[in-house]
Amino acid sequence: MSADPAAPGYAGPGRPVLEVTDLEVHYGLRRRRRRVLQGVSLSVARGETVGVIGETGSGKSTFARAVLGLVHASAGRIRIDGEDVTGYSHRQWRALRRRGVVQYVFQDPLRSLDPDLAIEESLIEPLLVQGVGRAEAVARARRYLARVHLDEDLLRRLPGELSGGQRQRVTVARVLVTEPALIILDEPVSGLDSANRVQVLQILKDLRDSGVALVFISHDLGSVAGVADRIAVLYEGEIVEVAAARTVINAPRHVYTRLLVGSAPTLRSAAADRAGRDALRARLRV
Amino acid sequence: MTPVPEGVPESAVLALRDVRIRDEVNDREIVHGVSFELTPGRVVGIVGESGSGKTLTCRAALGILPEHFVVSGGSIEITGHDIAGLTPARWVDLRGGTISAVFQDPASYLNPSIPVGRQIAEVSRVKKGLNRRAARHRALELLAAVRLRDPELVYGQFTFELSGGMLQRVLIAAAIAAGPKVLIADEATTALDVTVQAEILDLLADLRERTGLALVVVSHDLAVVAQVCDEVLVMRSGEVVEQGPTAQVLYQPRHEYTRLLIDEHEQYGLDRFLDAPAADAPEVDGSGDHLGAGEKELDRVR
Repeated sequence: MSADPAAPGYAGPGRPVLEVTDLEVHYGLRRRRRRVLQGVSLSVARGETVGVIGETGSGKSTFARAVLGLVHASAGRIRIDGEDVTGYSHRQWRALRRRGVVQYVFQDPLRSLDPDLAIEESLIEPLLVQGVGRAEAVARARRYLARVHLDEDLLRRLPGELSGGQRQRVTVARVLVTEPALIILDEPVSGLDSANRVQVLQILKDLRDSGVALVFISHDLGSVAGVADRIAVLYEGEIVEVAAARTVINAPRHVYTRLLVGSAPTLRSAAADRAGRDALRARLRV
Repeated sequence: MTPVPEGVPESAVLALRDVRIRDEVNDREIVHGVSFELTPGRVVGIVGESGSGKTLTCRAALGILPEHFVVSGGSIEITGHDIAGLTPARWVDLRGGTISAVFQDPASYLNPSIPVGRQIAEVSRVKKGLNRRAARHRALELLAAVRLRDPELVYGQFTFELSGGMLQRVLIAAAIAAGPKVLIADEATTALDVTVQAEILDLLADLRERTGLALVVVSHDLAVVAQVCDEVLVMRSGEVVEQGPTAQVLYQPRHEYTRLLIDEHEQYGLDRFLDAPAADAPEVDGSGDHLGAGEKELDRVR
């Protein structure tokens, strides 16, 4: 992993891998043009997991897509691993993604794996594209499959023959083979059952500890709270609050964050009661 | 519907006794004995993952088991009447009027080409014999009762114009239109955002208190069930592995699987912070005040 101080890409601890400054994204043209993200600034350091929490329409997936160069930013700056990628052309983005510095995991593992490719082929493909030899690529695929606690037997299977949890772990392994400095995860555990969710979350924690920078995007405060060091709360296209996970949950400042925390079901019942939530909802509507 | 009279022992509006469900094609028993009793104003929760048999159990109680599935053992009683051998006509009476349900994907239960208000009004016309005008009036009342802010506007809207949370409210309005005693909510909040989920759960709690509606809340999420239920059943592979009052299931779980569900919340969920052990939580002082500043703030808002 590039977190190894001896590795060539290592740039010292705590240096931001992702720096987003005043990011603005618009969708639509002319009179249909509307702002989806506004003034979004966020930095993520090596060995840090930052959760981006937001509900439907908050702009959280747009944020992921902007950072991956899949949508065009109308203002602001994005730096990845020290490189200013803001004005990159399609070709430059493709080259950057091909280098594997930044990788991404989306919710639906079935759609991120080619259904007709054996798991092994899926895993080594990004390495072959980079020009790594087949033997070396296969060795790395095996190494990272073990890293996500999957058996080597799976290498010969097709994605359709795996369970949802296994598929999502294969997707994570596929992301890891290029040894990225930054991984963007958009709802990575939302489709999984309890046992698989725990496993994937633990893998993410281990990755963080090995020095990778993670952006964990989700609508589910619960799963983000479990692994994030810091949490940024997106509401109507703006980050309304960013702080240590513990602070966001125990001392939320923005009204929306308070409602969010007060609404999230926990075993000890939500942090707010019905009347408390009603009061917050009323304030949010003003 | 009438409010729950206090102090009077209530008879069960829904009672399942050792209910078993069999898949006749594959000749396999899928649900291996579910029992619970639901009295007015009470809430029973069923937790389990897909394939645990929780939805089949609900469908059996509604008399809508998929083809080839049969109740092969035990009994189901709705307001004291055994449902075995009910005629289709009797079922039509019972559904909506006595027992009703809402499911995960509200849009698929509504006709996309008819305004939602008319679809709610239709329930009152068919079930209660109201005329057009009275049915419309009743539908508007129901839309207000499920706390939709502009009932007149929503009445004339189509499904595509409404958000998931609004649609689920419309479905709940339709489900309670004929004044049922029992409402089954099967993953009814699963597809919704957290704040919207809380709105729907608050609404159900509200209906239960105001009207004595009894609820069966089915979810894959133990925390959702913990929030609203008096009694919890934990199901796995067709078996009830744990059953008891909510507090007992949460604090003295006996089955390993229940413990797994609890651990997930405590290690990876919000509970990690809300009830953190002292060593892990420097900001907690020694005064025994375990509330974080955020909760105090929320207290202030209450």
